[in-house]
Amino acid sequence: MTTPLLSCRRLTRRFGGVVALDGLDLEVEAASVLGLIGPNGSGKTTFFNVVTGLFPANAGEIRFAGAPITGLRPQAVHRAGIARTFQRSRLCLPLSIFDNLMVGNHQHLDHRLWFNLVRRQVLRRQIEENYRAARELLHIFDPPLADRMMEPAARIPMIDRRRVEVCRALISRPKLLLLDEPSAGMTHEETLRLMDDILEVQQKLGGLTIILIEHEMSVIERVTRRCVVLNYGRKIAEGAYAEVSRDPEVREAYLGLE
Amino acid sequence: MRSRAIAALFTALVTAYAWLLLRAESQGAIAALILVGIAAGILAMRTQLLRPVARSLGSNERFAQGLAFAAVVVIALALRDDDFALLLLTRVLIVIVACLGLNVQFGYAGVVNFAGASFFGVGGYTAAVLASSARLPHLLVLLAGGVTAALAGTVLLLPILRTRGHYAALITIAFALLFRTFLEVNDALGGPQGLKLGEMRIGPLRFNDPISAGPFEGSFYLRYIAVALVLVALAFAVVQRLDRSWVGVALDTVRLDEIAAASFGMDIARWKIAAFTVGNFIIGVAGALSAFMIGFIAPNNYSFAESLIFVSILLLGGIGSAWGLSLATAIVILLPEKFQIIQEYRFLMFAALVVLTLLFRPVGLVPRPLRRLVGPPLS
Repeated sequence: MTTPLLSCRRLTRRFGGVVALDGLDLEVEAASVLGLIGPNGSGKTTFFNVVTGLFPANAGEIRFAGAPITGLRPQAVHRAGIARTFQRSRLCLPLSIFDNLMVGNHQHLDHRLWFNLVRRQVLRRQIEENYRAARELLHIFDPPLADRMMEPAARIPMIDRRRVEVCRALISRPKLLLLDEPSAGMTHEETLRLMDDILEVQQKLGGLTIILIEHEMSVIERVTRRCVVLNYGRKIAEGAYAEVSRDPEVREAYLGLE
Repeated sequence: MRSRAIAALFTALVTAYAWLLLRAESQGAIAALILVGIAAGILAMRTQLLRPVARSLGSNERFAQGLAFAAVVVIALALRDDDFALLLLTRVLIVIVACLGLNVQFGYAGVVNFAGASFFGVGGYTAAVLASSARLPHLLVLLAGGVTAALAGTVLLLPILRTRGHYAALITIAFALLFRTFLEVNDALGGPQGLKLGEMRIGPLRFNDPISAGPFEGSFYLRYIAVALVLVALAFAVVQRLDRSWVGVALDTVRLDEIAAASFGMDIARWKIAAFTVGNFIIGVAGALSAFMIGFIAPNNYSFAESLIFVSILLLGGIGSAWGLSLATAIVILLPEKFQIIQEYRFLMFAALVVLTLLFRPVGLVPRPLRRLVGPPLS
């Protein structure tokens, strides 16, 4: 087995008396899609927040691409090559779709004050290059949306906001993409289409690794080859969806079957 | 072409109105003018008459800026020997500069600064001290006013950058209150009596001599207006260029969603300090010019209440909107000076104005336009 892209050892995070992550061991192989499932409050989103540095871990270690990233600030984690979406959309609604995508590409843009104030011609070229790249990416997800990049994000429907959020995470070409319930607020068909588009981008980028938090089991079944089931911050099962869904503990904790 | 004509016509009307208002002396005439202005504003909003004007000004921005510049020059020349009217006009221009600085902080990065007048004062006192003791060219003194204000702001904000929420606002309030007390007890800076400044000079130009060139005679304020107008143009250019760049996108994101900003690699502290520093620099330069123009500064000019007026200008004009704050500055500065009945109640009036704005038009008089980094402006 190759070395995993992301590996967590005994990762623990507590909120007061609540143990949101309880000594979690988790590994993701490069270029794979890992499903992360579990009941509400089982620690899935906390896991994302701890990996991305929004919440520091109380104990344990995170290694990414061979180097430890435990305790790094969110900015540094992102620079290392991890991008994410949020369970509740976090687009900047008053800004244009293009501006929102550029938020995702922040680390590749030249934002020295003097450059932005004075070198306007060079800046304009940078903007146009980025515009083309952003348009191309958005086009994969929804061609009509790609023609509306100068409209405010507030004006587009939920499904398009999800698409923009995914593109915002993809545009910096991260190594690892963390998708936090992309189906929230979308129909079943819309979710499947979004996932197909994400997989298409994954193919194109060659080597993108994805961790997907999802409640729609058909989505998990279709796009992941391996998944991890959490309950009370602990891993209770791991393997292909077909296997874990037969696991009695999983069925009791999550799928609601006796 | 037609669109430019609409913009020009609108500017001509506004210019004529401003000229009438600045020149009017009887309180009855002023009251009538103000009522006409309010009625015209409400009517224009109701009938959407301003739509084509807004579209025209928005799509020919360079042209619109040229028109605004020309309008100020025309008004200044038309009032050339009316000292009081010119003083008011200069004051409006200088406060526009200061509010443009505040706009970078509050409007873009979301750093609320309740000490705008204090940083204005830091610039003013710097000018007063340097102009009397050092033999610096006065243009450099203006710059120095900006630099000290920027430094003071940075030192103030650095220790609390790691904190979230309203700490920055609280610390600026504390600074505003401290600053004035500090000035009042500081004998080196003149105490409550303040300091006098000599006249401003740039090269051979002595700013306080009346102007006479052949048949043309004009008030000495015209020179200050010229300098203030250049500052307005520069500040406008800086603020709008910042807005329409990667920096603008980053500042907006830091204001709107710190978690998203941090998750995509933005250094929130860095952007806040950058916006605060740039803003205070602009405010400080404006304060230095203001001190030269009035020729005398005292702690009373830089009270917390003045800071609140700056903030209310932004709220009234539309947070983040450079054009909006310019219009709002003209209203907030001119109204109480011309219409003296409300002079005593001006703070009450500002408070009412802000409440009314927030209730009925929370986006402000001229809402901030959407940033369009690529493509033609929205029609």
